[in-house]
Parts: sequence; structure tokens; C-alpha cells
Amino acid sequence: MTISIDPQKTNDESLQPKGWLRYFSFSLDHKVIGIQYLVCGFLFYLIGGTLASAIRIELASPMSDFMPRDVYNQVLTLHGTIMIFLWIVPVVNGAFGNYLIPFYVGARDMAFPRLNAVAFWLIPPSGLMLVASYFVEGAAQAGWTAYPPLSITTPQSGQIIWILSVLLLGGSSIFGGINFIATIIKLRRPGLKLMQLPMYCWAMLGTSLLVVLSTPVLAGTLILLSFDIVANTGFFNPVLGGNVVVYQHLFWFYSHPAVYIMVLPAFGLVSEILPVHARKPLFGYTTMVFSIMGIVVLGLVVWAHHMFTSGTPPWMRLFFTIATAFIAVPTGIKFFNWVATLWGGKISINSAMLFSCGFIINFVFGGITGVALAQVPFDIHVHDTYFVVAHFHYIVYGGTVFIIFSSIYHWFPKVTGKMLNEKLGILHFIITFIGFNLCFAPQHWLGLNGMPRRVAEYDPQFQFVNQISSLGALLMAISTIPFLINVFLSVRNGKDAGDNPWNALTPEWLTSSPPPVENWEGEAPLVEEPYGYGKEISEQK
Amino acid sequence: MLNKNIYLILIISLVFVISFWIGFNVNLLPAEASINAPIYDELFKILFIIGLIIFIGMTIAVVYSLFKFRKRDNQIGDGIALEGNLSLEIVWTIIPSIIVLLIGLYSYNIYDRMGGMKELNHNHEMMSSNTEKIWAGISQTSDNKMPKNNLSIEVSAMQFAFLFNYPKGNFISGELHVPVDQKVSMKMESKDVIHAFWVPEFRIKQDIIPGQPTILNFTPTKVGKYQIICAELCGPYHGGMRASIIVEEESDYNEWFNKNKKPEVNL
Repeated sequence: MTISIDPQKTNDESLQPKGWLRYFSFSLDHKVIGIQYLVCGFLFYLIGGTLASAIRIELASPMSDFMPRDVYNQVLTLHGTIMIFLWIVPVVNGAFGNYLIPFYVGARDMAFPRLNAVAFWLIPPSGLMLVASYFVEGAAQAGWTAYPPLSITTPQSGQIIWILSVLLLGGSSIFGGINFIATIIKLRRPGLKLMQLPMYCWAMLGTSLLVVLSTPVLAGTLILLSFDIVANTGFFNPVLGGNVVVYQHLFWFYSHPAVYIMVLPAFGLVSEILPVHARKPLFGYTTMVFSIMGIVVLGLVVWAHHMFTSGTPPWMRLFFTIATAFIAVPTGIKFFNWVATLWGGKISINSAMLFSCGFIINFVFGGITGVALAQVPFDIHVHDTYFVVAHFHYIVYGGTVFIIFSSIYHWFPKVTGKMLNEKLGILHFIITFIGFNLCFAPQHWLGLNGMPRRVAEYDPQFQFVNQISSLGALLMAISTIPFLINVFLSVRNGKDAGDNPWNALTPEWLTSSPPPVENWEGEAPLVEEPYGYGKEISEQK
Repeated sequence: MLNKNIYLILIISLVFVISFWIGFNVNLLPAEASINAPIYDELFKILFIIGLIIFIGMTIAVVYSLFKFRKRDNQIGDGIALEGNLSLEIVWTIIPSIIVLLIGLYSYNIYDRMGGMKELNHNHEMMSSNTEKIWAGISQTSDNKMPKNNLSIEVSAMQFAFLFNYPKGNFISGELHVPVDQKVSMKMESKDVIHAFWVPEFRIKQDIIPGQPTILNFTPTKVGKYQIICAELCGPYHGGMRASIIVEEESDYNEWFNKNKKPEVNL
């Protein structure tokens, strides 16, 4: 049975604040919650970006001279934690998922609107708590991985606040995951088949399965770690007979799938954006669905590739090499399909399209270094070096963050009814693309030649390349200026977008911009071909 | 149609030529100073060339599409309603699978040549039976020219230093001295948090873990002074946790060893 209308919400709608105030309320509207996620995530992105700038300033010179060494470790820990748990995961899942999924399945809201609001409102307090821990006794300083025994021996209050905060954020993520699965499976409007859903639904279904399967493992692990810290238990404490490598297995059982929790939704979003601006159907829908599910299954059995230099026996190293390398196959299929989607289209070269193409190029690069890193003998040399730092920034920044920006350019007209300025958008893309590659491409060389990650000081021979990298980081910081100007100007004075400025076929464009509270004035439309570009014309002929 | 195919073949061969040229002429790696290093660099070169072919190919495809299929001002309507092409999709599933499988088998071979698949044991002459469990590490290289004798060293790491114990000479040094072309067999253990032993010129790295001994064997091939770098975040001074490894001719090494040697205390 499929339920198409959510009855709960209409009753208390009159109690909800109107206008901009609703974004500060415990709103149950999935669209409001989506925007809350996005704006909250972006504020944390600015904090995380400031921390990244501090890191690059420190690394512009070989000596540890910009900030105290323990503060440096706090900064890199907070940078990683904020960017992952407060920016990328909430935005690609929470923001776009909440805004788009009910439209895509033809529902008026998510399956559990109250749980949805709770999931969002867990984020600001835990984020603020995390940032504020700096002012207590110093923030956590064991890296975002929090490996014991370092996390047990560093100042306790910061580490405990870090654990508490990540637990709450993980809880928020699990609530969201349950909600997405229920919405996609149970709230589809009558007549809409699973294989007719826009690709982002499949991506979110796969992502939510990973969230629900792996996040509880992280939660359990962090609770055990907190016992070790405050109650002197010995799960991971070697002094008390604990095993530090067990922590790494448990941690990466979540944190490798977390990579897919960060990139699969981006794969979904780019699958929505490319067909619209290339005016062509998404190439190979069925293989796209199967490759998402393939990535989900493989993503659960590759975690030990993060531990090739720790205590892993040889056979395990071999198994995880092969499993990891094979993820390149379904991922590769998706990239070939996207390029095939562009091929023969009528491509509008706009900000959304440019950021999506930038994503393809950056992610292919990051994917290639990923396959190399999966090979044990290769990894043994570059593990825990700047090569790895460069690799995962190509995946999460060059990949996912590029898609977040692409999505903002694509859906801004839907959310606000105004267009973003294209000239500023293209300027934003150019500075971001150059800055990003200038910052991270040289770091591959640094890693290969002997610069380990998470260091405040380094061999002077690496100074020049580090300064190039810092220059790139400066450009990345500057690139947010045209973006922010663009958003603030366009929200007020942007060109009117109309309901469907891109002539898109997915359901969210078949209503007014911005959409009414109930999403559609009448019944939700049945969209059987969300990517049916080029069809009407050939039929008319 | 024929013309188009010729261009396609030309472009693909150009991508291959450029990738091979870069792969063979651009050196991104530091000096080679152990038996492992040339083996590693062989793998690196292959992966680098394959990666370049894929990356350059994909980038050309994206940029070409953006240029060639861009919407002209006078154009309206959509592109072709092409929803997929099963045979093409099968091709780009199977070819990457084969490439990935071949890379996997090849890197297994490399890893085996580095000694990674060997039974883990620490060749300690002074211990008659090796009952202690070794958790992880890289065993000796299975290279044919087996070095004549075998130097055993016990490494302990702590915040923020490495200490090298030479059991034969009954002394501890803060600097690692090893003779060139002889196999060095290290058993490593940490006194506090996790550290790692990394010598970039040797292309080897192994974590040093509290409570779990790990081993690392290598054979240096080039005389010189190299840095031992801690590669696992271990606290505020992690970036400064360095030690020197001095690879020297056997005679120089013996001189250094005899100078530091302490008489064994027989009780």
C-alpha cells in the first residue's frame, strides 16, 4: 500500500511562523527543513574553511610558527570533523534530500515530519558544542579519526565533547536515513514505479542503507572509547590490555562507508543536473541504479584499506586491495554514463553545468589515485602522507562540494523564485576550480616525496610547493566572496525565474517557484519519464 | 564516418603516446635506496601511465562535449533522446573490470616480491625460540641475492623519539646505523601511542603499535643519510618526530658498532 498524503501537518500549520522566521522554528515542512540544513551547513562550512585557511597559513613556512602545536592539532581535528559531520553529510543528505525526495516520490512531506525536524535541530547545538569545546580546555586534538591511545591520553574534556557531538550528529544522520528509506519505499504516489524514480532517490536509498547499517557501529565504538577515557575501562587502552587496532576496524567500518554517504548523494544530484542542461535523457538508467547498489555492497567490505600499515595480516591486505579496486568498476560506469549523457546534447554552458563538469574531472582524478591507494604495496609508501590528503580532498571537495555548488545554482530558482547571476556564478566556478587544483594537486608530490600529513612543521625542501598549495587555498577562500554576493543580491533583486526556468521534467519543476506548502496545488503529477528529453519533438514529427 | 573514426584513433593514440611519455620521463618519486624501491617504482610507473590515459581521455571527452555540443544561440529544442546503449555499457563494465583485475594481480606480484606475503617472523639470532606473536609487518624481500648476514634491531618509539637497540652490541642508539646491502630486521614496539616508521627513500612504512609488536625488514642499497619520519599523528610534536638512518659501508659500520659496543654482562 502506498500513502500519498501526510495528514499530520495541515493541522498545526496556522501555528507555524510565516516568512523568514519559519527558518528559525521547529517547522515540519520538508522544504523549510531542507533550507535549514543547507544554511546551517554553509555556516559551518565557513567555520571549517577558516580553520583550513589557518592550517595553510601555518604550512606556508616550514617552522611551526603561526600557532602553538597543540592548537594546530585541535584546528586540524575540528576542520575534519566540521567539514564531514556538519557540512558535507548534512547538506548532501539532509538539505537536498529533504527538499527533493518528497517531490520526487510525489508526496506532500517526508514520512516522519517530526523526526525530521528533530534530526535537524540536533545539528546546531552539537555543532556549537564542538566549536565551543575549544574554549573549555582545548578542543579534541587526536584528528577526526580519534585513534586511541592518543585520544585517551590527550586532554579529556575536549575529546569527550567531541565524542558527544559526533554521537548526536550520528543520531541525526540515522534519523534522516530511516526517514528517507520510509519515504522512498512507502510514500510514492500511486502508479509511480521504483524504476521511474529520479536517480537521486536511488542514490539516497543506497546512502540511507549505508547510514542505517554503519553509523550505529561508530556510535557504539565512540561510547566504548568514552568509557576508556572517563571510566578507566580497557577496551582500547593498551595499558589495561586493550587492543588499539580493534578501534581502527570499528571506526573504519563506519568511516569508509561515510565516504559513500558523502559521494553517493552527489552522484544522484549530478544525475539530475546533467540531463536538464544537456537536454538529453540520463544515459543508462538501469546500469546507474545497479552501480549505486554495487557501490553500497562493496562499500561495506573495504574498510581495512585504511589500515594497510597498521596491524593487518597479509591475507587481509590482499582481500581488501581487490575489493577496494573493484569499486572503481561501478563508479567508472557512472562516469562513462555521464559523459555519454553530455555527448550529442544541446548543452547550456552555465554555472550549474560547469560545476558538474568540474566535478567529473576532479573526481576522475581522485578516483584514479584511489585505485592506486587501494594497492597495498603502493599504499605502504604513501599512507598517512599528503598524497592521501590530496586524494580525499579531490573526492570530497573536488567531487561533493563542487556538486553542492552546482546544485545550488540549479535549484536556487526553485527555492526562491529568482535566478542567480550567471556572470558571478561563472567567476565563482573559475576561481574555485583553479584554486582547488592549485591547492591540492601539488600535495600529491609532497606525499610521494616525504611529507607526512597532520604536521605543523616540515622539511624546508618542501616550502615552495607548500606555498603554491597555500596560494590555492587563498583562492578557494576568495571564491566564496562572489558566491555570497551573488546569493544575497539575487535573493532580493534577482531576475524572476518563473516556475520552470530550465524546462526540466522532474516533478519539483512542475509546481510553482517557490512551491506551496502542500507542494502542489492539486494532486501530485505522475512523472513516468523524469528524463524524457528530446521525446516530445520526435513524437510531434 | 571514415574520417571521424580516423580522428578518434588519432586522438586515442595521441593520448597513449603522451601518457607513456609523461610516465617514463616525469619522475615524481624520491631517490631509490632499498631493494624495495625499484620494485615500488615499477608499480608506480604502470599505475601512473594507466591513470594518465584514463584521466586525459576523460578530460578530453568532457571538454570536447562542452565545446562541440554546446547550445548555439539560434538553437531550440533538445538533444537526441538516447537513453542508453547496452553493448556500450557492457564494454565499459568489462574493460575496467579487466584492468582492475590485472592491476590487482600485478600489485599482488609486486607485494610478494617485496616480501609482504611471507610468514611473519623476526629473525632474531639471540632468541632460540620465537614464541611471541608478531601482528603485522613486512617480512624479508624474496630477492635472490640474499644478503649474507642479518642485522637485528629492536625499535622502540615514544613521544617524540625513536630508540634503536642493538642487542648484539648491548647498546641503544638514537641514530639508526646500518651497513649497505645487508638485510635489516627490525622488531618494533611503541611505549605510548601509535607511531609509524617511514623512510621515503626505502618506500616502506609500518605502524609502531603499543602492545602489539610489528616487524619491518628491509635491505638498503645506497650509502647515505636519510630521514626516518613518524607518519602517524602522535601528539603536538608529531611533525618534529624524526630520526636519522645512516647507511654506510660495512667497514664504517663496524667501526661505529665497535665504538659503541658495551661488554656483555655475564651473571
